[in-house]
Amino acid sequence: MSKFQRLDFYRSQTGRYHLLPFRFERVGDGEVVVTNSAGEFAYLTPGKLKALVSHTLPVTDPDYTLLRSRHFIREEDDAASLELLALKVRTRLSRLRDFTNLHLFVVTLRCDHSCHYCQVSRKTEDKAAFDMTPETASKALDFVFRSPNNAVKIEFQGGEPLLNFPLIRHIVLDAESRNLDFKKNLQFVISTTLSLATDTILEFCRDHNIHLSSSLDGPEDLHNKNRPRPGRDSHARFVEGLSRARDMVGYDSVSALMTTSPASIGRVRDIIDEYLRLGFGSIFLRHLSPYGFALKTKSFHEYNAETWLDFYREGMDYIIALNESGTRFVEHYSALVLTKMLTSNDPGFIDLMNPSGAGIAAIVFNYDGDVYASDESRMLHEMGDSSFRLGNIHKNTYEEVFTSDALLSTLEDSFTLSIPMCADCAFEPWCGADPVYHHARYGDILGRKPESEFCKRMMGTIKYLLNAMKDAQTREIFDRWVNKC
Amino acid sequence: MLTLSGAVLATNASKGDTKRQLFSLSTNPNLPSPIKSQKAFLVSSGNEVSDGFRHYIVFNVKPERLPNEAPYTIVGDEFRYFGDKDVVAIGNGRIRCLYRASSSHNSILLTEQCNNYCLMCSQPPKRVSDPWLLEEALELIRLIPRETQSLGITGGEPTLLGDGLIELLRLTRNWLPHTSVHLLSNGRAFADAQFAKKYAAVSHHDLMLGIPVYSCDPTRHDYVVQARGAFDETIRGILNLKQLNQRVEIRVVIHKQTYQGLLDLAEFIARNLLFVDHVALMGLETTGFTRANMDALWIDPAEYKGELGKTVRKLRNYGIRASVYNHPLCLVNSDAEQCYVKSISDWKNEYAPECTMCSRRNECGGFFLSGIQYGYSKHITPFP
Repeated sequence: MSKFQRLDFYRSQTGRYHLLPFRFERVGDGEVVVTNSAGEFAYLTPGKLKALVSHTLPVTDPDYTLLRSRHFIREEDDAASLELLALKVRTRLSRLRDFTNLHLFVVTLRCDHSCHYCQVSRKTEDKAAFDMTPETASKALDFVFRSPNNAVKIEFQGGEPLLNFPLIRHIVLDAESRNLDFKKNLQFVISTTLSLATDTILEFCRDHNIHLSSSLDGPEDLHNKNRPRPGRDSHARFVEGLSRARDMVGYDSVSALMTTSPASIGRVRDIIDEYLRLGFGSIFLRHLSPYGFALKTKSFHEYNAETWLDFYREGMDYIIALNESGTRFVEHYSALVLTKMLTSNDPGFIDLMNPSGAGIAAIVFNYDGDVYASDESRMLHEMGDSSFRLGNIHKNTYEEVFTSDALLSTLEDSFTLSIPMCADCAFEPWCGADPVYHHARYGDILGRKPESEFCKRMMGTIKYLLNAMKDAQTREIFDRWVNKC
Repeated sequence: MLTLSGAVLATNASKGDTKRQLFSLSTNPNLPSPIKSQKAFLVSSGNEVSDGFRHYIVFNVKPERLPNEAPYTIVGDEFRYFGDKDVVAIGNGRIRCLYRASSSHNSILLTEQCNNYCLMCSQPPKRVSDPWLLEEALELIRLIPRETQSLGITGGEPTLLGDGLIELLRLTRNWLPHTSVHLLSNGRAFADAQFAKKYAAVSHHDLMLGIPVYSCDPTRHDYVVQARGAFDETIRGILNLKQLNQRVEIRVVIHKQTYQGLLDLAEFIARNLLFVDHVALMGLETTGFTRANMDALWIDPAEYKGELGKTVRKLRNYGIRASVYNHPLCLVNSDAEQCYVKSISDWKNEYAPECTMCSRRNECGGFFLSGIQYGYSKHITPFP
């Protein structure tokens, strides 16, 4: 008789277990995905799901072990699983404690481009009308340094912000000087097409560690079609500016964003190839937002969520194949969703946060001193809808802005765990509240989910990712994406 | 393999004086007398002998040149490895080496009692109370050279000593401020938040706590350690420790009961314990209880090469520092090689006959002596 006990001795003798909070979704024939509140997931057959919720899943079932170790069920004496689950949920929400990180300064609405889908830009020589003044900037900086967040990012937006570069220089120097006392982790970003980036500007960026977030929509013909400017040379200027910026500011200090225009549909491989050709290690397959001129010119309506999903899936298939054959290349939108699926962290991407990141993760100071809950909020304002205007920097205090009804009701009412359908959705832990989008599209910040293009897009993306990562090699690629290795 | 303890051949200590004594050894006859009087002189052939030492250790026979009346102990050739600044304990007709200055693998055994009963325990626990081990350890800390780089503290389960362990750690901090300390524990005691706080309050400058987690399935972990509820306490212990910013290493011994769950365990760590400081993936040592449970435990490492590689990649992809210990290099896939550590303690490290021709033997950790004795992989392939 051995002095050692067998494995069975350590199993629950009663077979009783408690269910921890989870949701489920049918994803294929004979397959259900279950998710817990920390975003962990497992696949079950419908039969196993039924056994699980009927408390009849046997302790010897491999799925019992899986579900217990992933915190879908617990035995009476399992105290650690509750602590771990609570810790993971706390971790995912920990950004809330830090409060606002991203502060957007719209330093001008003027722009040298006239993109079809652009929300806000103006073609004008009248500087006074659409440029931010140093007084407004100074007031906005007061707000920035009121943020309790130890990490603060100031992003210059436009229009084309380089058209008001003297103000950027002024703000950077002012912020740096104030930060001698505050000692925050202070970062700067300029969102620019690079078309107007002079050496002087780039030297300033180099000396002040300013990141350049640029735009590249694809190959020359597509890019120039999307981004008209006098001379039809947007792409050439971008390529030239990119090369100089990499030389002068640093290779990793320049990134590019793409916008999926109607003309982009069907050309995702060309677009990715263009990113590869220009030496980028990643791309953001970004769908078009229903704001500004995008709505006015109907370009938004030229493709729907399903069209975009086709575009996305084709692109992802190509990107995964690239990675499998040894070229490391990241798709950022997927990486954001995957971070929620495969880690206990929240990437803090404004559109994919719950509670919404509007106002509390990012805030916008418009050229005229108006404060908005997000970039999209001020675009709505330019279309005549001021629902998400939180106040004005010259008239309202920090407290008034951050406790305004416009902000608080938006956050509270759009909380996904209390929204019909979202609350029951298995993909909710991987999704987010996007109140501004739903308001813009459907006239209320909830929207009806069966009609929501946002919902369709997220469901489609998640189902694609779930399916793709069943392949072990793809899963490893995703593991690297979410951990930025 | 070195003999760390054994009978002495003879001694001139009076019969009544059998109390165990600790000595720091010296090979330097020219020490100033205030220091000599605290040390034992190691008499080896060739070196001159000066008087004034507290004790003399000689090999095989008493040499003529020993000072009259000097207390001495005669030991056999198996202890020829003794060197300057080593620490030994002598008493009850036995001698034990407690510290070797030339080694980087010194460990202090604090107790042989344990509240786990692991299937593969290399140091099977005993029921008897052994408080003298702690007393000896407290004395030993004061004799260890202060330039010592690293020191292990092990058991049994050191936390069973409760405040005694805390006292020892505090002493280690105070007497050895340049020494990094590695403590092995099953972590269960730290589920008590008060004990975790006491531990953290030592505020040691360089202390790592190695805690075994064998599976993400509580049942399987409890089975491997033969203690119901152990997994739950261990995990809560790790959480308490990390909340207090203590450094924690997770140690996984790979054998037939754990290799299949290795990748799941890595994912569990990535999801739940991302904040641990290190994960050590270790081969099985064929000693202690392992020999009684060979059928349940033994698996040729060649059979889990793939699992090990995937596990290492998973941990690394999640930014978790990982190491592979106690494996011959030829049984590790190239993807796990970047985490490979030559880890087997020098005193029990061996190589197989097949290894003679191997071109990478210098990089390889080889085997535990027990592995060579009781069976090792059939897939040892010397690198050309």
